[in-house]
Amino acid sequence: MNQEQQDNLQNAQEQGVRQKIARMDEVILLDFWVSMFGMRVRIALAEKGIKYEYKEEDLRNKSVLLLQMNPIHKKIPVLIHNGKPISESLIIVQYVDEVWNEKAPLLPSDPYQRAQARFWADFIDKKMYDAGRNVWTTKGEEQEAAKKEFLGNLKLLETELGNKPYFGGDSFGFVDIALIGFSCWFHAYETFGNFSIEAECPKLIAWAKRCMEKESVSKSLADEKKVYEFVSRMRNKLGIE
Amino acid sequence: MAEEVKVFGLWGSPFSRRVDIALKLKGIDSEYHEEDLSNKSSLLIKYNPIHKKVPVLVHHDKPLAESQVILEYIDETWENYPILPKDPYERAKARFGARFIDDKCFPAIWKAYWSKDEREKAVEELIELLKFLENELNDNFFGGETVGLVDIVGSLIAHWLPALQEVAGVEILTEEKFPKLCRWTHEFVNHSVVKEVLPSREKLIALFRALLESTSS
Repeated sequence: MNQEQQDNLQNAQEQGVRQKIARMDEVILLDFWVSMFGMRVRIALAEKGIKYEYKEEDLRNKSVLLLQMNPIHKKIPVLIHNGKPISESLIIVQYVDEVWNEKAPLLPSDPYQRAQARFWADFIDKKMYDAGRNVWTTKGEEQEAAKKEFLGNLKLLETELGNKPYFGGDSFGFVDIALIGFSCWFHAYETFGNFSIEAECPKLIAWAKRCMEKESVSKSLADEKKVYEFVSRMRNKLGIE
Repeated sequence: MAEEVKVFGLWGSPFSRRVDIALKLKGIDSEYHEEDLSNKSSLLIKYNPIHKKVPVLVHHDKPLAESQVILEYIDETWENYPILPKDPYERAKARFGARFIDDKCFPAIWKAYWSKDEREKAVEELIELLKFLENELNDNFFGGETVGLVDIVGSLIAHWLPALQEVAGVEILTEEKFPKLCRWTHEFVNHSVVKEVLPSREKLIALFRALLESTSS
């Protein structure tokens, strides 16, 4: 081996060691058990097989750590990697994908497919949470309008899914991760909204069941009955009958 | 092989112009189509059926919507003049900054200048938001020595906000309160490439004056 080859080998080995050290690290997740946004990060970490410390936050009494690590939004989830905080669930998922890049890619490799994945994840972020919340916080005409909007958004997503097993195609990916956390909230939406999501979007429900067969998903989602109880308590607090 | 890039946009929209800035920084030629929002072209609706908004980028007949999605696509497709850092943590920070500007600053600016009842509260909120940006700025640009994602998205603050301030006569971004941000504003709008793409200040002021008059009548 000549000098240049030796240097290259040493550089590669050092980089490999550095990357290993970066990965032998402290990963903490500040989260709230029922948050569909927190679930995204749990799933991403599980997909990559990353060991981390889960810290449950009391959102009525936010920890000093949360306020320090996310002073701008004061929200969960927050990932703390070797002391450095990353906020915003989709940003965290992309960070996880980029740092732990040797297995289970969460985003497609093709730039156009990647952009499409980001587009749909952004759509989910913009449309799903508020529409869902409106379903369980309103009554009468307002609620009917909320249901219509909620189902409309789901139908668009169902069309995008088409006949693929996952939004990512053959493999579970970014858009699946962005959406699946909402599925454990479906039971609560349906009960308080008095409608059936499966009747309107059967393919989406089939997709959700398929995702739940993955351990990374089933271990990360909250139990739908517990979510229902949580929403029930929230409605009481908000004075909604 | 010709790159065949088309952009559907609005000359006065900060979201739309950021796509043009990114393409220009990378030296990419594109065919520009100005949209009329009161009469959207059939092509726009075909390319962005979900949101029916600008900007839309079409590359080799494949459409993309949502300005931040488009910016990342541009950066990944044309690797010269990178607008996102290579380090994953720095990339996360840049994405966070860009989202912060769009999700927090933009609505606050909108309310501070266009709404009547929520104005005072929005002005206070905007001041707090700008303080965060002021603290983040430690170099010529948010991107460091060169223009990056946050600077491009921040053109909203560097160029559109000062025009709004002049029309409304309400100055929030002052040198006294935000010395670094004001210096950055100047650097950014005078950047040799950026200034070729930004709409003229006079035209923006005329646009905002017209909009303000039509909403108050």
